[in-house]
Amino acid sequence: MEEREIIENAAQGEYKYGFTTDIDTHTIDKGLDEQTIRRISALKEEPEWLLEFRLKAYRKWQTMTMPDWAHLEIPPIDYQDIIYYAAPKKEKRLKSSMDEVDPELRATFEKLGIPLDEQKTLAGVAVDAVLDSVSVKTTFRETLAEQGIIFCSFSEAVREHPELVKKYLGSVVPYTDNFFAALNSAVFSDGSFCYIPKGVKCPMELSTYFRINAAGTGQFERTLIVADEGAYVSYLEGCTAPIRDENQLHAAIVEIVVERDAEVKYSTVQNWYPGDKEGRGGVFNFVTKRGICKGENAKLSWTQVETGSAITWKYPSCILAGDNSVGEFYSVALTGNRQQADTGTKMIHLGRNSRSRIVSKGISSGFSQNSYRGLVRVAKTATGCRNYSQCDSLLIGDKCGAHTFPYIECGNSTSTVEHEATTSKISEDQLFYCNQRGISTEEAVGLIVNGYAREVLNQLPMEFAVEAQKLLALSLEGSVG
Amino acid sequence: MMSQNILTIKNLHAAVADEGKEILRGIDLTVNAGEVHAIMGPNGSGKSTLASVLAGNERFAVTEGEVSFQGMNLLEMSIEERAARGLFLGFQYPVEIPGVSMASFLRLAINQQRAFRGEEPISSGDFLRLMRQKSEIVELGDKLMNRAVNEGFSGGEKKRNEIFQMAMLEPKLAVLDETDSGLDIDALRVVATGVARLKRPDNATIVITHYQRLLDYIVPDVVHVLYHGRIIHSAGKELARELEERGYDWLIREYGDNA
Repeated sequence: MEEREIIENAAQGEYKYGFTTDIDTHTIDKGLDEQTIRRISALKEEPEWLLEFRLKAYRKWQTMTMPDWAHLEIPPIDYQDIIYYAAPKKEKRLKSSMDEVDPELRATFEKLGIPLDEQKTLAGVAVDAVLDSVSVKTTFRETLAEQGIIFCSFSEAVREHPELVKKYLGSVVPYTDNFFAALNSAVFSDGSFCYIPKGVKCPMELSTYFRINAAGTGQFERTLIVADEGAYVSYLEGCTAPIRDENQLHAAIVEIVVERDAEVKYSTVQNWYPGDKEGRGGVFNFVTKRGICKGENAKLSWTQVETGSAITWKYPSCILAGDNSVGEFYSVALTGNRQQADTGTKMIHLGRNSRSRIVSKGISSGFSQNSYRGLVRVAKTATGCRNYSQCDSLLIGDKCGAHTFPYIECGNSTSTVEHEATTSKISEDQLFYCNQRGISTEEAVGLIVNGYAREVLNQLPMEFAVEAQKLLALSLEGSVG
Repeated sequence: MMSQNILTIKNLHAAVADEGKEILRGIDLTVNAGEVHAIMGPNGSGKSTLASVLAGNERFAVTEGEVSFQGMNLLEMSIEERAARGLFLGFQYPVEIPGVSMASFLRLAINQQRAFRGEEPISSGDFLRLMRQKSEIVELGDKLMNRAVNEGFSGGEKKRNEIFQMAMLEPKLAVLDETDSGLDIDALRVVATGVARLKRPDNATIVITHYQRLLDYIVPDVVHVLYHGRIIHSAGKELARELEERGYDWLIREYGDNA
């Protein structure tokens, strides 16, 4: 990988994705009540069972309060001051032919580096592009369908594969799970659905690109991935938003089901607008991501590179139900300016001899606060389990904070749980060494941070790894000096 | 024909930036192209400080004096500019940079230096050829190049790696700060012959060392003795051997009064 190239790009600085697309948008009125939910459901022409699911979630949500245990200072959120549905006004936008995608939308995604034209796209990556509340385009659907792979927007899945959606929706993250999960279950708009049938190794990377565009709207997408017995898929998720002074709420759910002998790799590069230097604006990112390794030898691997959002509250987790199943969590979380992140994972060992590995690399700069929070729980009956956790924190400057909150609950004596943690700073000596070789301080910081995050970046698919490296260097712009 | 001047130091004073404690107390030194200078002296005399000040380490503040590097005012340049204009410091304690491969580190260094000089970046092919060619000079295997910068290197490997970087960057002036300390005899030979092979009529080397033994391989044109922040005596290469045999006390007695 070319650190060199990253550095060159870093010179441009600032948040590159902060533009707004001027497109005729259909929104519903601000506010949330049962009518809002019925309206969303009606707009999406949903079946009765789904409306019922939403309403149950909404009623549950009304009884819940926002979690306050995270190491975050969350300003009050007025849930009646949010628009819960926004969609570009274009009929036929879900058709598969390129000609039918609005040129303005196509241009938006091209500007973000996500061409929706199958000829132009990165070889071997299929994309579902989601703008505000709807999926704009899913590429390579036909190619994938030849192998029985279903890859489409969530809304289409509800229409075309209701039995699958019904079976798995809420099976990993029930609507009762937490405040934000309940909210999402009530108002979720769109997202991606993916089903890999028995024994099929998905021949290309599947990816969803989320883009918030409309002002004053929340984004509540929902992703459901099912890998049937012996299947394999590598899934990527990217996200950006325009620069706006007010905060925007993003509360998503990702559910993953991994059956026996199947494997899912889920990679995220999260780059929502982080707010400005003084902490004005930025996305509030409250996300519930969880997967279950249902059968024996199932494997689920989360990799995340978190650089965006004003506030991040996110714990991609693995329920290791199958014997010999494997869960992994690789994370780089970088916070700058006034950003706050409380992120980590949960590894719930239920199956015997299940194994998990956690590698978390936090990087804090500016006035930011960066916390790792992780739970490793081994059930009494889950004998012979192993966990290894490594949590490293890197501090840049002396106004930021790094925190580690590991929770370990080991229910039997034949399992091993290991936790290692380090905190370090970029040393003057390292910077002087780089400077003496002709490398400027800003470039040196990018180089050192990328080196520090290497173990995690190596987990990403190639094209994403390069992007992520650039992003890290870019996000560090102006953090030293 | 007079050879080209590389470095001229006049009455250089420098202090520890935080404390104000003066360490260099009036250094004068002239180094011309094609020359090798050895700087010796007892512990605490200011040898490493001189190297750090030349490289621009901000732990030290220059309080008086001038330094001209190829006719330019060195003291006005940033650390990176000094490097890009051809000043190389071989570190006594090379720093580890975990996760950053030697290849990407050096490629960035070379390209940054090139960019400063208005040159095109090096191509991948040329860079790989250069790496292969230069690693032979210090008898470093290819494997070392894919490892992270100095991470998990033995003491000897780190020092060899310094000379390798020097070979890659082709400086006008290399200042080697106790590159020989902590080396076994084989590593010492490799490092020293590496340095000797990099000697050219248009570059110069300052070797800072405690021991005569390095100077068996790198034959200096001049040997200077630094004591208490000043160069108290300069002579030909035979001085090194004399110092090895007799120590510094006699010199300090003879010349040290002006220190």
